[in-house]
Amino acid sequence: MRHVISILMENEAGALSRVAGLFSARGYNIESLTVAPTDDPTLSRLTLVTMGSDEIVEQIAKQLHKLIDVVKLMDLNDYPHIEREMMLVKIDVQKQGACDVVKRISDIFRARIIDVGEKSYTVEVTGSRGKLDGFLQALHELRVVEVVRSGSMGIARGAIALNA
Amino acid sequence: MELTGAEIFVECLKAEGVDTVFGYPGGAVLYIYDALYKAQNEINHILARHEQGAVHAAEGYAKSTNKPGVVLVTSGPGATNAVTGIADAYMDSVPLVVFTGQVPRALIGNDAFQEVDIVGITRPCVKHNFLVTRLEDLAPTIKKAFYIASTGRPGPVLVDIPKDITQMTGEFSYPSEISIRSYNPTVKGNKRQVRRAIDLVLEAKRPMLYTGGGVILAGAAKELTEFTRLTGFPITNTLMGLGGYPATDPQFVGMLGMHGTFEANHAMHDSDLIVAIGARFDDRVTGNIEKFCPYAKIIHVDIDPATISKNVKVDVPIVGDVKNVLADLIEELRGRKQGVDPQQITDWWKQINEWRKTNCLSYNQQMDGPILAQYVVDKLWEVTGGDAFVTSDVGQHQMWAAQFYKFDQPNRWINSGGLGTMGFGLPAAMGVQIAHPDATVACISGDGSIQMCIQELATCLQYRLPIKIITLNNGYLGMVRQWQEFFYQKRYSMSYMEALPDFVKLAEAYGHVGMRIEKPGDVEGALREAMAMKDRLVFMDFITSAENNVYPMVPAGAGHNEMILV
Ligand SMILES: Cc1cc2nc3c(=O)[nH]c(=O)nc-3n(C[C@H](O)[C@H](O)[C@H](O)COP(=O)(O)OP(=O)(O)OC[C@H]3O[C@@H](n4cnc5c(N)ncnc54)[C@H](O)[C@@H]3O)c2cc1C
Ligand SMILES: Cc1ncc(C[n+]2csc(CCOP(=O)(O)OP(=O)(O)O)c2C)c(N)n1
Repeated sequence: MRHVISILMENEAGALSRVAGLFSARGYNIESLTVAPTDDPTLSRLTLVTMGSDEIVEQIAKQLHKLIDVVKLMDLNDYPHIEREMMLVKIDVQKQGACDVVKRISDIFRARIIDVGEKSYTVEVTGSRGKLDGFLQALHELRVVEVVRSGSMGIARGAIALNA
Repeated sequence: MELTGAEIFVECLKAEGVDTVFGYPGGAVLYIYDALYKAQNEINHILARHEQGAVHAAEGYAKSTNKPGVVLVTSGPGATNAVTGIADAYMDSVPLVVFTGQVPRALIGNDAFQEVDIVGITRPCVKHNFLVTRLEDLAPTIKKAFYIASTGRPGPVLVDIPKDITQMTGEFSYPSEISIRSYNPTVKGNKRQVRRAIDLVLEAKRPMLYTGGGVILAGAAKELTEFTRLTGFPITNTLMGLGGYPATDPQFVGMLGMHGTFEANHAMHDSDLIVAIGARFDDRVTGNIEKFCPYAKIIHVDIDPATISKNVKVDVPIVGDVKNVLADLIEELRGRKQGVDPQQITDWWKQINEWRKTNCLSYNQQMDGPILAQYVVDKLWEVTGGDAFVTSDVGQHQMWAAQFYKFDQPNRWINSGGLGTMGFGLPAAMGVQIAHPDATVACISGDGSIQMCIQELATCLQYRLPIKIITLNNGYLGMVRQWQEFFYQKRYSMSYMEALPDFVKLAEAYGHVGMRIEKPGDVEGALREAMAMKDRLVFMDFITSAENNVYPMVPAGAGHNEMILV
């Protein structure tokens, strides 16, 4: 099963490579990994999306916890949670009517056009993975020049929080 | 007062109560070596002949004292030479603090002379590591390193120190305490789980205590012995757990696993309750996991939550320090109205005693035939009164040492189990001898392994370490040959060493005593003679049977009840 794991860790040089190294050394999957400092600059927050049986995911959580730099973690699958990903898409608009298609589809997906050039538009979309996939599918008649996805970020619903 | 980084380093070691450092100098650590020179009355530095030797020596020191071993090496090749030892310590949970010199900060990342990213290289084989980037971080980092290495599940911690930091000056103050928000090992077991465990103990008909290196690391042999006597249960030890319970006691059924005893493995297989204490269900122990303990409920006590249910799903997990948890188990059991009823396990002991009759470790030493390795270890045990520290290398000789030297005390059996590092034995013996100057320290080795860190014979001379090296010389990489005999139709590919040095002359060249023993009748006398040379290293080259095998054996993929006997 797919699991979304939120990790709080020391914002220190090398901390990220400990996480990445753990996954490669132990043969765990990483679907995506996002990381940035939090409001507390000594901490980074990672969202890691992985795949595995319950036993494997339990091991992953324990092994992550064992890393000295990891302060706390949470398997978001254990809670109602929200998952969001951001995507930037550059689309070739030289074809007749392409601009209108981009505008229309962006509207439907509540995406924003953030850069307009002669040959291309760049659109920003936020949402679940499925929504982002759907957005790309909807653009199938146009030529997509470039796609940048942030990977998933997650947070639990309600009062539950992951704090140091 | 302002001190240099190098002086601060030395002050930190003193504050940690470090009496011995194992190391090897080089450019990046010259300031530190200069500071050590001035502190030589307080800190004893042992100059190994190879950085791998320095690390194994520190492991021997640590394993025989339960204090962290300390290593100091230079950058680049000094650091990479230390990696095998670090990985070894990681696998066997040995507390070490390894200091590596690094190029000056301004040069890091420049492919500077003797620069390697040792923090990156060792990341997967240390408990934690640090690169010190500011002088003011040096003392707190060293404090953290010792704390992390020696608490929780012990392990090696590496601290990489750029040369310029050792040269500059700053204020020194050593933190008296340290707390790391992201590191708080659980040491107290959960009370409810302890109660559940004792419920199971009281119901068991075919119980087994399966205990490992964690008991030794926790210094909990006394508690283990008390618990074992209190329950009357049979007990088996892993290779790393030997000495945790007296091997000469009738409740001890021998080591388990690939080369464990017939009775230990059969008892594991048929058991209805396994109490695993400080053991990690290694594949050498479990054999085929599908066939492992099919009838048993499992209680698992370990300080590292990640070992619990890693290989084998357990029923009662208890995360905590073995010493505390055993004390809790004893208290809980004593607190019950009724203890373990000996009746409840009488049939079980009958069955175990039946298995014992197989006499799976028997061998037949013909006095006119070649020397059998088993016989040498048996005699060593006799001659040393079972009271020596024994280190070993890796191979058949290691298994014979484990099977035939009956360890009655913890921290006496010092070997490389997890990584299985040939070359471990001699340097480890140095560390043991340095920690226990008056003790008898024997290193049981093979003709292959002993050559992997043979250079340390010079270290032994420099520090007058009267180690007794017992090389069981079968002319083969015996363990490899055995597998080739069993599983590769005797195609002895690269397991025969056509050329071996004359070990007697070699020992003499290094300034030691050498002996070659070729006849069974000479074994005991030679051992006695060697042991009598209290202040000399004696290298004993026992010419042993070339095609002797370690039995019993659970072949790869088999279950505990599918052993190969002689
Ligand atoms: C050639 C060869 C053959 C081998 N054959 C065998 C064999 O036949 N049988 C065998 O048993 N092994 C054998 N081994 C060794 C094997 O590879 C493993 O190293 C060994 O079985 C592991 O022992 P252990 O389970 O006691 O764990 P260790 O590696 O000693 O680990 C200790 C465990 O205790 C825990 N721990 C540490 N400190 C504490 C504490 N304070 N409180 C609680 N828990 C703690 C740790 O988290 C860890 O889980 C062989 C090795 C070699 C090289
Ligand atoms: C550094 C290293 N290289 C290779 C091995 C693989 N290996 C395991 S046992 C063994 C043979 C050991 O031979 P020897 O030291 O002569 O001991 P014996 O088995 O003959 O007692 C080898 C090569 C190892 N464990 N360690």
